[in-house]
Amino acid sequence: MNDSTILTQNLGKRYGAAVAVERLDLEVHRGEVFGLLGPNGSGKTTTILMLLGLTEPSSGEIRVTGLDPRRHPLSVKRRVGYLPDTVGFYNDLSGRQNLAYAGALLGLRRADADERIDALLQRVGLSAAADQRVRTYSRGMRQRLGLAGLLLKRPRLAILDEPTLGLDPEAAEWFLDTVRALRGEGMTLLIASHLLHQVQSVCDRVGLFARGRMALTGTVAELAREVLGAVGYIELTAAADPQGDAEAVAGALRSVPGVTSVSVSAEGWRVAADGDVRAALLRTALEAGAQVTGVRWRRPQLDQIYRHYFGAAIHEA
Amino acid sequence: MKREGSPWTGLGVVCAKEVADHLGSVRMRILEVLMVLAATGATYVAGQQLHGTVEQGSFAFLKLFTTASQPLPSFVSFLSFFIPLVAIGLGFDAVNGEHNRGTLSLVLSQPIYRDALLAGKFLAAMVTLLLVLVGLWLLTTGLGIVFLGLPPSGDSVARGLCFFVATLFYAGIWLAVAMLCSVLFRQTATSALAALGVWLLFVVLWPIGAQFVAQVVHPAPFGSLQALLARHELATALSRVSPNTLYSEAVTALLHPAVRSLGPVFAFQLYRAVLGTALPLGQSLVLVWPQLTSLVAGVVLLFTATYLIFQRREIRA
Repeated sequence: MNDSTILTQNLGKRYGAAVAVERLDLEVHRGEVFGLLGPNGSGKTTTILMLLGLTEPSSGEIRVTGLDPRRHPLSVKRRVGYLPDTVGFYNDLSGRQNLAYAGALLGLRRADADERIDALLQRVGLSAAADQRVRTYSRGMRQRLGLAGLLLKRPRLAILDEPTLGLDPEAAEWFLDTVRALRGEGMTLLIASHLLHQVQSVCDRVGLFARGRMALTGTVAELAREVLGAVGYIELTAAADPQGDAEAVAGALRSVPGVTSVSVSAEGWRVAADGDVRAALLRTALEAGAQVTGVRWRRPQLDQIYRHYFGAAIHEA
Repeated sequence: MKREGSPWTGLGVVCAKEVADHLGSVRMRILEVLMVLAATGATYVAGQQLHGTVEQGSFAFLKLFTTASQPLPSFVSFLSFFIPLVAIGLGFDAVNGEHNRGTLSLVLSQPIYRDALLAGKFLAAMVTLLLVLVGLWLLTTGLGIVFLGLPPSGDSVARGLCFFVATLFYAGIWLAVAMLCSVLFRQTATSALAALGVWLLFVVLWPIGAQFVAQVVHPAPFGSLQALLARHELATALSRVSPNTLYSEAVTALLHPAVRSLGPVFAFQLYRAVLGTALPLGQSLVLVWPQLTSLVAGVVLLFTATYLIFQRREIRA
């Protein structure tokens, strides 16, 4: 319990007959970046609102930084920063004034708040635009201002809902770098997103959310083993091998320990394996007489896992 | 389950920010200009008329508020027309406006309760209305001194103040109606229309409806005194559901010291009464105490209803 920043047990939320979240057991450890993935309407935002104490759960237990958000909403909200998916500001106030309002609501002393706000505006690169009205800000600037507002709390846990949605690649990259930097500073982060390759690049662990339930959790490699039956792919390319030989080589490759499947492609062979077995594969292929010209190790991409899993889930339904 | 901390955490911050917003908003400036023009015009015309016709007794000042001169209505009529508009203008987008801008989840993720947000917004609008009313009161008093050339008596000042306090609570009713609409409806245009619709209902249809219902229930075909009296009492009771009736009765008794009763008076009740003499302020207040308390109770009830609905609202976009 001590090292888990978020812990939910059997958490559920019903809106009348509709089930938004059901029997959710989620654990996020301190200092970890956790990615919450799932299609629209799968209950991600509802879960986030329950973690913040902004929505009452129908059943189950929640602990956020060791506190129950239903009993101690103010303490939880003081420790947890939240960046909503559609981050809104008071358009007629400047960026600095918006942050000052947040600081006042936090109960910071004026001088203290001003100091923090200056440093944060510097950090998110909005110093120059700080005194312009938020009305004039671009989507990327708003998102950075939202991040500054979140950091104003100096939170232990930051919850980001679709943080990079609608950002240009450069802005998204900046955002991901900042997430990595925050992780380096010891902050725990929970990121809900659709942009899977971005999530994959920053998250330690991910959870797949489907119809209100946490279907799978783990590192990307663990999920790959679970969903695809392999943690990686090896592509062997070969120079102009006759097809008959290719099938024979494929048969030889299948016998290599750790290999889960082999398929013949136009350029060579595609091998799924639950570990890096490149050396053994290469030796076997050469012994079988293949003219191997290249070996490449590919990590499974999260979107592949995601599509495979949700594709299967849709077929089952 | 007891909640942690005070529900008023952040109330002052929300209130101060909202007052600043109101006072700086274009909407408020337009209304202020209209009110000042109307007040000046009505007081000026009334002053001109009083100067020529009325002997300057101790209550000449109160007549400034109530004297109408043909094209222009009296100051009181102006006020009872404008004040609901101003109140609705201040409140109709209080909650749904925040929701649509996406600022609601951001503000509520700060360590404050929803109570503080709603009460802060209500208080801020009341403070703004108070500022407007105090301004108008000082303006009319000053103009009165200029036009009539004599200082107001203590009793006139006290009655004038009571009148403005009654006006503040009358405004509070329409503010609470507007805020209730802003919680009930997601679109700001819908809530503005709904609030204005309720206002028009009470201004135009309610008095007609009250008369009509009273006539149907007590047809009084032979015009007997009992039947006519019963009909009148029913019509009055029904019309007193409307805050407009309560307000105009309260204002009548407060600004016309000679008014002794708001209902029918029988000849035998006037036996040995000296007609036309002024009541002391205390007696006038006793006369309209039910009206004044009903106005205050109306504000409290409407605000409570708004509060209860807002607490149960889901804040997600």
